[in-house]
Amino acid sequence: MIRFNSVTKRYADGGVAVDSLDLVIDSGEITVLVGPSGCGKTTTLRMINRMVEPTSGHILLDGRDVTQIKPTELRRGIGYVIQQAGLFPNYTVLDNIATVPRLLGKTRRAARRQALELLGKVGLDPALAGRYPAQLSGGQQQRVGVARAIAADPPVLLMDEPFSAVDPVVRQQLQRDLLQLQADLHKTIVFVTHDIDEAITLGDRIAVMRNGGRLAQLAAPAELLSRPADTFVAGFVGRDRGYRALGFASAGHLPLHDEAVLRIGEPRGAARDRGQDGWVLVVQDALPLGWLRTTALDDAADDPVTPEMLNLGGTLADESGTLREALDAALSAPSGRGVVVHEDGTFAGTVTASEVLARIESRAAHLREQATR
Amino acid sequence: MSSDLPGFASLGRWLNDPDNWLGSGGLLAHLREHLAFTVVIVLVAALIAIPAGIWMGHTGKGILLAGGFANALRAVPALGLLILLIVELSPHIHSRTGVGNLLAPGALPYFIPAALVLVILAVPPMLTNTYAGIQAVDPRAADAARGAGMSPLQVALRVEIPCAMPLILAGLRSATLQVIASLTVAAYAPLVGGLGRLIVDGQQNLIDPSLGYPAMLGAGITVAVLALVADGAFALAGRYVISPGVSGRRIRGRGTAAPQQSTLTES
Ligand SMILES: Nc1ncnc2c1ncn2[C@@H]1O[C@H](COP(=O)(O)OP(=O)(O)OP(=O)(O)O)[C@@H](O)[C@H]1O
Ligand SMILES: [Mg+2]
Repeated sequence: MIRFNSVTKRYADGGVAVDSLDLVIDSGEITVLVGPSGCGKTTTLRMINRMVEPTSGHILLDGRDVTQIKPTELRRGIGYVIQQAGLFPNYTVLDNIATVPRLLGKTRRAARRQALELLGKVGLDPALAGRYPAQLSGGQQQRVGVARAIAADPPVLLMDEPFSAVDPVVRQQLQRDLLQLQADLHKTIVFVTHDIDEAITLGDRIAVMRNGGRLAQLAAPAELLSRPADTFVAGFVGRDRGYRALGFASAGHLPLHDEAVLRIGEPRGAARDRGQDGWVLVVQDALPLGWLRTTALDDAADDPVTPEMLNLGGTLADESGTLREALDAALSAPSGRGVVVHEDGTFAGTVTASEVLARIESRAAHLREQATR
Repeated sequence: MSSDLPGFASLGRWLNDPDNWLGSGGLLAHLREHLAFTVVIVLVAALIAIPAGIWMGHTGKGILLAGGFANALRAVPALGLLILLIVELSPHIHSRTGVGNLLAPGALPYFIPAALVLVILAVPPMLTNTYAGIQAVDPRAADAARGAGMSPLQVALRVEIPCAMPLILAGLRSATLQVIASLTVAAYAPLVGGLGRLIVDGQQNLIDPSLGYPAMLGAGITVAVLALVADGAFALAGRYVISPGVSGRRIRGRGTAAPQQSTLTES
């Protein structure tokens, strides 16, 4: 656990970056510090590993005041990832990752062997081991940065906008992989971002900060979306928060409809018989592939159905997924029937938008009832 | 023999006499002195300039002062400075010891001012290159090194200096070449050896062109060759002391992972 006890940081030029901050960061969780530029997120983070010394107040790491620990020793026990990775250009990927184990006295051989194992863990091809940072893409560099931070298996990980310099697709992938890694490692992660969506995706808890390094709200993502503490937080969390909150509401057992599906390769003629309202779902080995418009199949009834003929617009909702997923599946399906799949990806049934909405409304009514009681 | 200006023919005759090669006053002996002086002077200058440059690059302090100093030095003629220092310093140096067969007994009062001039000339290129190199190190890499738990010395040795190595080496290279060339001037100080001795003495021997002129020419060519060899040696050294990740040089296929990219982006 990391505890901030009325911590203030005043820089030499007199500016107060963090103002008597009280904050508790629980172990084994991802706590995201989020807030507008210049609000003191980086300063807060860097005070934990003494890259910045507080002007007053105390920071306790598992009950120990960090100022009682030698900075080098403290930092070797805390992983640190920064924007654009900050890899050492003169070291290979492997030696970058081996940095902290080497500092802790491991032999080069042992540290490198361990580093090689880590490559796979952060989703990197072991063939990259001998490359230099300049030969990596931004996303790869960032992964090496994460591997370097966790190489000595520190219980705490500090991450300062680690994914902000890569494109949205890569960022999403990095976020997913971080969550997967965390499910494995259960580190205490303090993650800084100015992107509220990233905060909501990653955070077990989110600390929204306002200028002057003051805490505006500390809450779980769902609560932040449904009950922002004030207008600042509401404004920062932004629009669509009603819709986005559905992303934290389990869909429960939706009433699923069975569909007469068509297997890929079956004759096109069969589509017309099985179709419903002009659309039929096409599957391959029970995995949904896409929708086929039955009214457009006038000729060649004996020819097989091919993947090129399918409409791929619909998203898939997981059986045990969220209301947001289910609603999105229904809204995006050309047939209006959202495809729900089992955990193994096989077809479970379909659901319509109005059915999902009914579920949303009954849930909202339930919550209102609870609140008034 | 004609009374024309002496040419390469006289050099050939001069070189044909083994004594001019191998004798105590021959080319090789002077070359050995030249090399030894160069090494000592560059070493002393590097011991001053490189740590100072690292400190300046690190702290950002003293850069204006050093820059001004380096520029002012460019305007000072080496010979003038040499004469000034000999006049000012030599009378205060009383040691008459020699150093093996590199320094004759009694040469020290002249060698020290001469070496000092060359050290003063060699410091600025190394200093400015070193601090420029350290300053250009990616601040994020240095920050990450500190954040990983490196001590300030470890940050300097493992990250900052290796990243600044191309510029540090370039400074060392130009300082060395400058010392090799300028050592010839130092021979204006009495009793100081090196290839300059042959050139300066040769000038005074011009009355007898058959002796002085070929010695000057031979020594001059040797200085030029020495400079070229030193230049090549630095280029070669760069391949070993500069990390391929920093130089952007292609990484040789060794071990497990050959890079797939053929070129690196310069950084
Ligand atoms: N070394 C420093 N010296 C003086 N002031 C500083 C220093 N570092 C940060 N500040 C100031 O402290 C305040 C907080 O800075 P900080 O870097 O913690 O913000 P941040 O929330 O991380 O912002 P961003 O999202 O832009 O990274 C800012 O007003 C900044 O100008
Ligand atoms: Mg910041």
